[in-house]
Amino acid sequence: MSTSESRFNLYHYAAPQAFYPVAGKLAPAFAVIALLLTAIGLWISFFKAPTDAVQGEVYRIIFIHVPAAWMSMFVFLVMAFWSAIGLAMNTRLSALMAQALAPTGAMFCFVALWTGALWGRPTWGAYWVWDARLTSQLLLLFLYLGYMALVAAIDDPRRRDKAGAILCLVGAVNVPIIYFSVKWWNTLHQGASVSLTKAPSMATIMLSGMLVMALAAWAYTIAVALYRVRVLILERERHADWVRGELARLGEAN
Amino acid sequence: MSAFSAILRRDMLLAWRSRADLLISLAFFVIVGCLFPFGVGAEPNQLRAIGPGVLWVAALLSCLLSLHRLFAQDHQDGTLEQMLLSPDPTVLWILAKVLAHWLTTAVPLLLITPLMALLFDLEGGAIQVLTASLAIGTPILSLIGAVGAALTLGLRGGGALLALLILPLFVPVLIFGAGSVDAYLAGTGASAHMLLLGGGVLGALALSPIACAAALRISTE
Repeated sequence: MSTSESRFNLYHYAAPQAFYPVAGKLAPAFAVIALLLTAIGLWISFFKAPTDAVQGEVYRIIFIHVPAAWMSMFVFLVMAFWSAIGLAMNTRLSALMAQALAPTGAMFCFVALWTGALWGRPTWGAYWVWDARLTSQLLLLFLYLGYMALVAAIDDPRRRDKAGAILCLVGAVNVPIIYFSVKWWNTLHQGASVSLTKAPSMATIMLSGMLVMALAAWAYTIAVALYRVRVLILERERHADWVRGELARLGEAN
Repeated sequence: MSAFSAILRRDMLLAWRSRADLLISLAFFVIVGCLFPFGVGAEPNQLRAIGPGVLWVAALLSCLLSLHRLFAQDHQDGTLEQMLLSPDPTVLWILAKVLAHWLTTAVPLLLITPLMALLFDLEGGAIQVLTASLAIGTPILSLIGAVGAALTLGLRGGGALLALLILPLFVPVLIFGAGSVDAYLAGTGASAHMLLLGGGVLGALALSPIACAAALRISTE
């Protein structure tokens, strides 16, 4: 093992104590990237992207709505990934990462639903339709809330991590089943339902605005998750010496 | 196989000794079903339209109500830990417990469903399809619910938490269960829905005992 010590070792950062300072360095960097990308994305969406021929100005909600919807689904996958790693390798940090990601995922889920409602009202004439995508997004929000409620209800940290991980994996197995069943249910019930598919050809500038906003959402998620995991690490390791030292340092800084 | 039959016999006996509990979830099913005509009005066409869905939702809630009993008592008196320590495969006796849960809560519900369906003015064929869909679908509820019951074992606010965890996962079963009657009434036949429910049973049978065993070990360690 002496030869590998000099080389970069990823497993080294699986220890909360080792990851804590790294997260402290990475989080502000990603926060800055998120701010920059959001500024560029908003500039493209409001000043560069042309007015839509069919929907007028209201389509601009897409620049928030679609990145939020993408992110809400992707974050659940990342949580499932960390849960699987945590169960398989018995690492504490993995479960903490999943727990740090959950509130952000739920927030994006809610934002996607909320902006969807605001967008639906002028374009379809209703805040809510039982469309397959909307319904599965709503159920995804329930899965997030269930995960957060279960994690919050368990006091013992070991049990909290593992029970949360199992629920996350059970949820991840069920997400595609829920999506396809809801889709089928919807098409069976309402012959011609509201289609969410956009106009076939999307202006390149619109697409690029959406992609920049999506990247901003990524950077924001990473930054917030890292900030949150730092707090979780301090809370979990509060009996360790290094945390006492760190807390004393933070106390002096304020 | 002896562990399976022993646990099954024991749980059935325990359920029989406290049969008032079983009657409570059955009465819950009946009362929830009876509430809907008061809420939406007793117009026969409307009742016929909502009947299958209402009875499915009532069955789902009634199943949820009885799920916390699945492991709670054994957890309290320490039997659960002894069973986890036993050399018999955990998955095997979990299946026995789930089967006992299904036999004691879902089967009485199946027997009373045709009677409840008459309250919603469903015709004979639709009643048969509804009962069949419940017969195929309720094992999925017991199997998935067992994972939730194992995860929330002994937690404060366990009942409401269990509902939050499990109900979103029950949605596909509800869709295909209630949808089977609609498909039958629409003339397209219920076989596609029944086959999907059957596939769901097999999938849940394969996966959920494993997740349940892992959850029980975590909850008791």
